[in-house]
Amino acid sequence: MEKKTLFDKIWDAHVIKSIPEGPDVFFIDKHFIHEVTSPVAFLNLEKRGNKVMFPERTVATPDHNVPTIDQDKTIKDQLSRMQVEKLRENCKKHGIDLHDLGTDHHGIVHVIGPELGITQPGMTIVCGDSHTSTHGAFGTIAFGIGTSEVEMVLATQCIMQAKPKKMRITVDGTLGKGVSSKDIILYIISQISASGGTGYFIEYAGSAIRSLSMEARMTICNMSIEMGARGGLIAPDETTFNYLEGKDFAPKGKDWDAAIAKWRALKTDEGAAFDLEYHYDAVDIEPMITYGTNPGMGVKVKDSIPTTEGMKESVKKSYIKSLDYMGFKPGEAMKGKKIDYVFVGSCTNGRIEDLRTVAEFVKGKKKADNITAWIVPGSREVEKKAIEEGLVQILEDAGFKLRQPGCSACLAMNDDKIPSGKYAVSTSNRNFEGRQGPGSRTLLASPLTVAAVAITGEITDPRDLIEEPVLEV
Amino acid sequence: MAYDKFDILTSRVVPLSSENVDTDQIIPARFLKATERKGFGDNLFRDWRYDSEGNPKPDFVLNDPTYDGKILLAGKNFGSGSSREHAVWAIYDYGFRCVVSSFFADIFKNNCLNIGVLPVTVTPEFADELFEAVEADPSTEVEVDINKQTITLLATGKSESFDINAYKKQNMKNGFDDIDYLLNLKSEIKAFEAGR
Repeated sequence: MEKKTLFDKIWDAHVIKSIPEGPDVFFIDKHFIHEVTSPVAFLNLEKRGNKVMFPERTVATPDHNVPTIDQDKTIKDQLSRMQVEKLRENCKKHGIDLHDLGTDHHGIVHVIGPELGITQPGMTIVCGDSHTSTHGAFGTIAFGIGTSEVEMVLATQCIMQAKPKKMRITVDGTLGKGVSSKDIILYIISQISASGGTGYFIEYAGSAIRSLSMEARMTICNMSIEMGARGGLIAPDETTFNYLEGKDFAPKGKDWDAAIAKWRALKTDEGAAFDLEYHYDAVDIEPMITYGTNPGMGVKVKDSIPTTEGMKESVKKSYIKSLDYMGFKPGEAMKGKKIDYVFVGSCTNGRIEDLRTVAEFVKGKKKADNITAWIVPGSREVEKKAIEEGLVQILEDAGFKLRQPGCSACLAMNDDKIPSGKYAVSTSNRNFEGRQGPGSRTLLASPLTVAAVAITGEITDPRDLIEEPVLEV
Repeated sequence: MAYDKFDILTSRVVPLSSENVDTDQIIPARFLKATERKGFGDNLFRDWRYDSEGNPKPDFVLNDPTYDGKILLAGKNFGSGSSREHAVWAIYDYGFRCVVSSFFADIFKNNCLNIGVLPVTVTPEFADELFEAVEADPSTEVEVDINKQTITLLATGKSESFDINAYKKQNMKNGFDDIDYLLNLKSEIKAFEAGR
């Protein structure tokens, strides 16, 4: 029998038709939409006189441009308000489930999908957002699409896609103290570059990946796009099933047993071929931070910015331009650089485990005076848990305040903008020029590193602040 | 929606050699708040093109009257990051019909083909040659022929062929998009869905 990768198995099961010398007609199980990339799709759908073919396969939530304070009031920004109102109107007209602002299930689309159990192993999932790759953590083929494709999915539940090549990234070993899944993915991207995954779909494997919680796995898959890959997935296992069991939209009773039986077969056959493979050892991974303007420009927090020695002239030009934007010079140490803002949130690291990490670290400490901190839960559910678990109290005692759910300063479409020239250490996914506001300077790091920076006010290796456990002799 | 047919494009070239140009640079997120596709060309490369007061930055290539044309010549890994189709709308609405690079980000390339901007991938050597030629003589013209799948530097006659799959090529030549094709498969799609 032909040996197949997990990716092959899911892909092949969703191809309705293959066009010779062309793409596949690819069926989509679940379609997430939000307020920013869907209005033009609905407009064109209606212009052509089409209907939504399977409204129950689309789920909506407003997240990208929503304010993170006073969500019970009318949105002040007129354009943002219009987009959110358009989403409401479109969902109502076409019979699409909407998890609106202020409701219990509201949140960032890639946080609520898994949280509600809508995301399930073996599915194909798309959304007009490149971080749709997050859902790959459940063993799904999930990726971002453009607005034309959003219209296609609304009208026909299909898109036209050429099958990507397959890459496997294996990380074996045990992670060190203070090292998290964000560090794993920032490390991988720094190794294979911001374009090294282009044309591929990634499977993450190995004992270090297996050991991660679902939330930590989501962080890894989320940033697959930051190396250019369309998406990344992880084979489902007991961790996945335990996470999903009992979730609102997960199968129940007999259906659950049948689903589990089916999901257990979702793994790469031994000996199945990948187009490209990388292997990493967990011991080589330490707390990471970015210093430039793409996520591939990352180093260990304890290290210095790479010098231009041996760099090709064309590469050097872009490299220096990037460092100039950041106000950094080649060879400078990362540790000790003054920081102005910290942001904890986004579809990458805005989940409850991330807030727990931050709260645990800052407990009994005080935020540095030079730091403005924005902590934005990924969803209402995360917010609720943070309150119930007493995290909000701990954070407030340390000088932080929890805002309301949304994409917030990750892309600064709302008022949460880092001012021009200021430095932000952020748990989000992109350090592009102006990403967090015009002229803003972003450094990406793990929630733990961000917490350490918030306390010291400068770039800090969190391990320097973690007390060594006293060994009992 | 449908776009103008693409056949043979002969044009001058606007060079933008920066590598890893992400879609946040092509169109910053704060300009994505429209509910219809209108006016995106005005904000193409907004923060590179204008200062915070809205004055054009003279050193940016789109503000340099020396360069003009319907072809954007871009550096390696063009269009990375966000899947926003608005980036391609901005490029199209500004007046470009073709982007040439030695390496495109995946979603960006897909989005281009869906709305009628032809992405032409050339070898790094040919990209360098194009940059050198255009910088030496900004009036240099390039011909992109979708039928023959060739891109030619007219001054020297140096030419390279590029890849595009037969299906997408047909679409570009006719100004079609995928919806028309998919709608014809409605009954097959419904049958497939019923079996899930």
